[in-house]
Amino acid sequence: MSLTIFSFLWIGLATSAFSTDPPPLKDEVLQKIILPIPKNPEEKAYLGLSGATTFKIQQIKAKVVFIEIFSMYCPYCQGDAPKINELYQRIENDPDLKTKIKMIGIGAGNSLFEVEVYKKKYQVPFPLIPDKDFVIHKVCGEPRTPYFIVVKINDDKSYQIVHSQLGGFPGAEPFLEQILSVSGLK
Amino acid sequence: MKKSRLACLIWTFGVLSFFIFTSVAYATSEAYKENIYQVGTLKPIDSVLKVKVGDRAPDFTLPAVTGEKITLSQFRGKKNVVISFVPAAWTPVCSDQWPGYNIINDIFDQNDAILLGITVDNIPTLFAWTNQMGKLWFPVLSDFWPHGRVAKKYGVLRSNGVAERALLIIDKKGILRYIDVHDINMRPPLEDLVNELEKLQKQP
Repeated sequence: MSLTIFSFLWIGLATSAFSTDPPPLKDEVLQKIILPIPKNPEEKAYLGLSGATTFKIQQIKAKVVFIEIFSMYCPYCQGDAPKINELYQRIENDPDLKTKIKMIGIGAGNSLFEVEVYKKKYQVPFPLIPDKDFVIHKVCGEPRTPYFIVVKINDDKSYQIVHSQLGGFPGAEPFLEQILSVSGLK
Repeated sequence: MKKSRLACLIWTFGVLSFFIFTSVAYATSEAYKENIYQVGTLKPIDSVLKVKVGDRAPDFTLPAVTGEKITLSQFRGKKNVVISFVPAAWTPVCSDQWPGYNIINDIFDQNDAILLGITVDNIPTLFAWTNQMGKLWFPVLSDFWPHGRVAKKYGVLRSNGVAERALLIIDKKGILRYIDVHDINMRPPLEDLVNELEKLQKQP
């Protein structure tokens, strides 16, 4: 009886939370994201990709992938850029983590030129991928920006989203802790 | 039985805390969230230009959000001028245009250009709206009263009283060198503007 009440309570809470906030992305949605392989050889090597055309998230050579959906026109993305760069530096400075966690950005509604302007302005060290016509953004459920997604890739190349959030980047250190915790790397 | 009830309670509390935390994070993450008025898809262009490339740009004086008055001709002989008319504050595409220009002041500098942002909104509205974009390096001008007089002079005032989404480049001699009255529903690609500025800069 109690279990039944608690179950209903949980369903109610979950439904209420998801109905007022943007829902996290679902695995099935992420599967449809096909991204162009970066032309820059260093970025291509960073992600461990081969080929010259497109890739899926699970093809990135990593155990965890951090995705930021951003726009060069978004003031909040601009404000967060130095903190996101710090997250990258923290990962790259750790010899163990740098092989396990990779980062990419997807520029919603941004052309290649616009993404490059943003990259240069904020000295973004990880690959930024243009999504000029909002194609990827649409597949992702048109989230507002910045939107952060953490994907865990398993050895058999299956994967799951272990965390997603709209804005509110808490800083490099706490977010890295969160990544390690939700992905089981810690 | 008691143990399972306790475990269930703890589990429920954990779930509750998670969702409460998540909801708070969403609510505080972005200032535009509840403040953008959705206008839907509009007629792409709803005015007839009264100027053309090669014309002398009609002069105007408008109040800026900062309190000063800006006159177009004050830049003559000193700077190329980019005018960015946008339709209205607190609307989707407009809110997603000037923040991009705000991070490319170096490109404007390299091309010896200044940017003037203009809407037909009044100063307090523009003040509140542009505050959400961070500190803007360029003047934001109000063409509110007499309503849309400058937009009308250029032929970019729509029939419902808002401006078109238009970009104009005026050279140091005060001559119009580029006009893009863009589909109001779309943001003009940044590269088009930058290419035109660079082209102008290369010309003798």
